Amino acid sequence: MTHAPDRVRREDPRRTPSPSTGQAGIPGHRSSAGRRTLLRLLLVTFFGLAIAALTPGVASAVGEQVRGTLTTGATGPIAGVTITVETSDGQAVGEGETDDRGRFSVPVPGPGEYVVTLDTDSLPENVTVGSAGDTRTVTVEPNGREPVNFGLSDGQRGSGSDRILAVQLFVDGLRFGLLIAISAVGLSLIFGTTGLTNFAHGELVTIGAIVAFYLNVDADIPLLAAAVIAVVIGGLVGALNELGLWRPLRRRGTGLVAALVVSIGLSLAVRYVIQTVYGGRSNPYLDYQSQRARDYGAFALTDRDLYSIIISLVVLVAVALMLQRSRIGKAMRAVADNRDLAASSGIDVNRVILVVWVMGGALAALGGVLLGLSDQIQWDMGFRLLLLMFAGVTLGGLGTAYGALVGGIIVGVFVQMSTLVIRDDMKYVGGLLLLILILVVRPQGILGSKARIG
Amino acid sequence: MGELLDAFQLGVRAMFAYQAVFFALLAIGLNLHFGYTGLLNFGQIAFAMVGGYGIAISVAQWDLPFWVGVVVGLGAAVILALLLGLPTLRLRADYLAIVTIATAEALRLLFRSVGSTEVTGSTEGLFDFNSSFFTWCPWSVSGRFDILGTRWRGSELWVITIGWSIVLLSCLLVWALMRSPWGRVLRAVREDEDAARALGKNVYAFKMQSLVLGGIFGALGGMVYAVGTGSQNPDQYQNANTFLAYGALILGGAARVLGPVIGAMLLWFIIAFSDSALAALVSGDNSFFGLFEWGDLLSTTDIAYIRFIIIGLGLMLLMIFRPQGILGDRREVMLDAR
Repeated sequence: MTHAPDRVRREDPRRTPSPSTGQAGIPGHRSSAGRRTLLRLLLVTFFGLAIAALTPGVASAVGEQVRGTLTTGATGPIAGVTITVETSDGQAVGEGETDDRGRFSVPVPGPGEYVVTLDTDSLPENVTVGSAGDTRTVTVEPNGREPVNFGLSDGQRGSGSDRILAVQLFVDGLRFGLLIAISAVGLSLIFGTTGLTNFAHGELVTIGAIVAFYLNVDADIPLLAAAVIAVVIGGLVGALNELGLWRPLRRRGTGLVAALVVSIGLSLAVRYVIQTVYGGRSNPYLDYQSQRARDYGAFALTDRDLYSIIISLVVLVAVALMLQRSRIGKAMRAVADNRDLAASSGIDVNRVILVVWVMGGALAALGGVLLGLSDQIQWDMGFRLLLLMFAGVTLGGLGTAYGALVGGIIVGVFVQMSTLVIRDDMKYVGGLLLLILILVVRPQGILGSKARIG
Repeated sequence: MGELLDAFQLGVRAMFAYQAVFFALLAIGLNLHFGYTGLLNFGQIAFAMVGGYGIAISVAQWDLPFWVGVVVGLGAAVILALLLGLPTLRLRADYLAIVTIATAEALRLLFRSVGSTEVTGSTEGLFDFNSSFFTWCPWSVSGRFDILGTRWRGSELWVITIGWSIVLLSCLLVWALMRSPWGRVLRAVREDEDAARALGKNVYAFKMQSLVLGGIFGALGGMVYAVGTGSQNPDQYQNANTFLAYGALILGGAARVLGPVIGAMLLWFIIAFSDSALAALVSGDNSFFGLFEWGDLLSTTDIAYIRFIIIGLGLMLLMIFRPQGILGDRREVMLDAR
């Protein structure tokens, strides 16, 4: 595996078998590195299992409960609302009241189906339950803490008549596109610096979302703190990817195609480990669920979506500034542009690649948390996003740093706005068709250079 | 011990069942793409899907005869291959990879969309399209047959008879093609595209022919699968199946005529054996050296996912430590190696 820009798929006959400057090891050090490879491989593949398996262990001591948060945009968290829980055949199980943060949790005797009722009399004025009424029927799994979502309305919703669908979809698309861009920056930079088409990048997104889910729902940590922890863990998983798998593979001289197949194997294994541990259901986070869309004239947006846009924008500007101004950012672009030249001008290529992986993992995890916030958490959410990330990265120009940003946003907006003409459940199809169209018209992407496409 | 023997027997049976035929045909197609031509087709399952749905839609929805369905399925596979190849085959290998995996997912979403219910039946699926196939069966379809201690229904036996015949013919075809000048050009393209081009070969056309032919094998696999299950649902064609087929191909040995067949049979032995062995482990009172109960760690529904974890890890380890698999030649499969 080596860097892509100047190399087509095949072996470059002029390249000598000695390791390039960036990965120069001590001569004779190779065999011990080779022996360690297997151990590292095992470590890296079981890491995902370890995180995910340990976290629910915290929760299992608590026992089954139903829980949720009552809050609206206008009132904020609502305290003092009575929640009663009955079994499905009408036997009372328990009662709870929301605290200052609007949260309630009612322990239930065991797994099974329960009816959760909200006492509408204890709600503040103007706040009403949504069209689904004041009861919810939930199924609690063994050791599960089942989130219950009463869609509360604060009466601000009726004024949405002057919304314009296209503008609404554009804003939704912008949010989604920024999220794709955040997740895809790492994918593009990893490709640029190492030549690896990392099919396991989507799993970094899922890991971010799932870690935040377990921390928020089971360990009861506020989502903001959980998100920060998830991002840190995402960075660590990225580093583990590089140190435990890809760097040893580069040292072994594994080909690009072989590396691609390895990344697919990794993606498959991690994805199904996640499904085994997390299960096939989709769940929301505990916090920020019962928000109502706020009216902004031509469009409406929930606060969580607004903050998702703001966070994405801030992070992307920070990433762009870092790439443009900082030493390491310049080094990243230099390595992505021409690795051998960068190495011979004294850049420690392996260090740069490690930083790229940490950054890519952390950003992907952040993307996962934001995606989980808007679309709920699923075991294969990252894999589905991966295809749109590929579309975005290809559109922007594979391997370029800014290409992922531009391409991701365009793909997001395109996917959302395509629902103007096609059905909602086919919107991903539109995004993938866009990808194919780009390859016909301009395969190097908007910002890419012709030399890269082989 | 008896449970292990049962698991072993189920494993041996699975080596010959129609699922193994399905994956053998998928892998034969991939062998042509990946093993002989060096094309990274990660959407092989899409070819199987258009093949299977070609029969299902033609027969169940349009009331056409069975053989027309087969023609429709094969035609759809050819068109799909052309559509995939046109934009990507001039570009570097990973572009084809991205486009094929994206197309496979997009097609599945399209077929399961509510909007396509009238044609594909969306998530409800399609049924009752294989009855005329079974009217050609020379023995009793509903009869039971015991062969070497394994039990088969007459219908199953008929599907796998036809299925393995197709596999045999496909292998013969691949064997003959790879001895021909055409096959040698394919391998030349795999080893060095520029050299092949310098010799005056139209590399693009050869790649395209390989993509189409391999896609047809995939579609045949999908048809065997569709007839074998008797129902069609878009979610049967999950992306992960392409990688199971890759696992089979690399396990058996890429760029070998019999590699994908042996790989697919072994793969299904491993899957069926591990499924039933794990099921026995989970359902009984078995603990891991007294540390924890297996039944607490895994539920019975988890077992279906374990196969993908095993295949994923196996694919990684094989690709790193033994890319040539069982039969292959290391020099032939070290694509893009230094």
